[in-house]
Amino acid sequence: MLPIDVIAVLGKFGGYAVFVLIGIGFGVSLELAGFGDSRRLAAQFYLKDMTVLKTMFTGIVVAALLIFLSAAFGILDFAQISVTQTFLWPGIIGGLIMGVGFIVGGYCPGTSLVSVASLKIDGLFFLIGTILGAGFFGESLPAFEDFWNSSFTDRYLVSDWLGWSIGATLFAVTLMALVMFYGAEKVEEFFRTKGTGKVWSWKITRRSYLYGAAALVFTASLVWLIGQPDPVRKWNLMENRYSAQLSSRDVFIHPLEYVKTYNEASIKLVTLDIRSENEFKNFHLTGSENVKPENFLDPKFVAPLSHLPSQGVVILIADNDSVSVQAWKYLKVQGVNNVYILENGLNDWNKLFEGKTISGKSFNVASPPSEVLGLFPKDVFTPKIKISNKKRSGGLCS
Amino acid sequence: MKKIAKPVKNPYFAGSILGVVLFSAYALTHSGLGASGAISRIHVALTKLLWQSHVDVISTFAVMGAGDTNPLDHASVFLLIGTFAGGMISAWFNGRLKVEILKGPQISNVQRLIFALLGGLIMGYGARFARGCTSGQALSGGAVLSLGSWAFMFSVFTGGYAVAYFVRRLWAGSN
Repeated sequence: MLPIDVIAVLGKFGGYAVFVLIGIGFGVSLELAGFGDSRRLAAQFYLKDMTVLKTMFTGIVVAALLIFLSAAFGILDFAQISVTQTFLWPGIIGGLIMGVGFIVGGYCPGTSLVSVASLKIDGLFFLIGTILGAGFFGESLPAFEDFWNSSFTDRYLVSDWLGWSIGATLFAVTLMALVMFYGAEKVEEFFRTKGTGKVWSWKITRRSYLYGAAALVFTASLVWLIGQPDPVRKWNLMENRYSAQLSSRDVFIHPLEYVKTYNEASIKLVTLDIRSENEFKNFHLTGSENVKPENFLDPKFVAPLSHLPSQGVVILIADNDSVSVQAWKYLKVQGVNNVYILENGLNDWNKLFEGKTISGKSFNVASPPSEVLGLFPKDVFTPKIKISNKKRSGGLCS
Repeated sequence: MKKIAKPVKNPYFAGSILGVVLFSAYALTHSGLGASGAISRIHVALTKLLWQSHVDVISTFAVMGAGDTNPLDHASVFLLIGTFAGGMISAWFNGRLKVEILKGPQISNVQRLIFALLGGLIMGYGARFARGCTSGQALSGGAVLSLGSWAFMFSVFTGGYAVAYFVRRLWAGSN
């Protein structure tokens, strides 16, 4: 099941080697498109040569179709894919600045690398500029740090914004790209000056363009038709990835470990109580939230949980295992990290603390202080909670 | 040995390869492609050689290279090395590996280099501002339908088209 974490699988050395290989593929494809040449890149902005737009959008559409097609078939878990975080306005302003740099200098950071690799001196000067520019940014950031951190949404997709399914969005994006390609061809024809030497080593006929376009549209409709798997289908597909954690009971925590976690200031704890409303009113742990089993299938409910900071822990409380295990499965396949189940729910909770006092005083069993831990032998429970601080965001840009 | 530069590949063909490479990046590493992060790391590494205390003070530098942290010990740097190697391999096989200055015919070499440096400065600044470059934000984010990346992508094109007219002498007659 994809994605694989190469560094976890192959170790740091092997993982880095894979990154080098992917980089080679990246460099080759940029160079093949002619992106080592500033004149070709700049021509995009004078409408004479739309190679940048064509290559970029072909790349985006092909990659997107592969990603969401494999997600639809359950080969790839999209919840585990790192999506660049959205800082809308800083992104837009930064983009405008970059557009200016692009047309003045003739490259973008990636293409300038390829240009330097093919021994172009102007590319080298551009790259040096980029390195210095990154430095100037860091120096000047304190002046507008608040703005730079504003309008933030973690993992916000075009489909969320439109309120469409991923399949429908992808279909629309594919169509849009094809319309843009058609427009780009027409625009080029119109603005092309004589002797641009538009001979591609791959002569492609009009018919093969149509076949290519048809293949993209077909794939996009297929992705739309199958749809992205819901948590129920996803669990069926991914069961063997996570079921070992359930059978070894590695995700069931002792009440005292809950007390320990609850009192740990560095942990952002979310306690979800899946019992009935009446039981919840009767007694519940301080800070816990009463939720219904069907909430776990609602993307709106789950989204904030998968966006918890890396030291976030979700703990589930239910009357019986089957309810909490079901919820655990649904959260897991939707990309929520650090989900645990309170062993046996609250059934033994009061019994455990019955008659216990701290220096002669009773305490609130709904929010036991950390001193309570001292009343029990140290080895009464084995700690299960391991904070995995895998950051699934930011990607390679930071 | 003198090689004659081969014509570049059809953009849709090159784009398809790019798409497959991007997909494999996601499938094998969870994240997409990028260049500006690694470039920033090179900057931090250079600054570190000269002025460690400064790196510790500036927040965006400290993330990459505070104290004993080696800013270059990061996957993105190896991706950058690969990109460089890939560009060189392809340029060699296609006869484009040649020391030269690429520019429009109406400006001098020195002018071109000054503008390349200036453009790079603006680009490097903007890429940090936008938290990623054309490859990291636009391409990789675009493929996973990130809204911010799409907004970013259109603003890069807007910025370029808005200024293109005023700097047309740089490129006029070159294509």
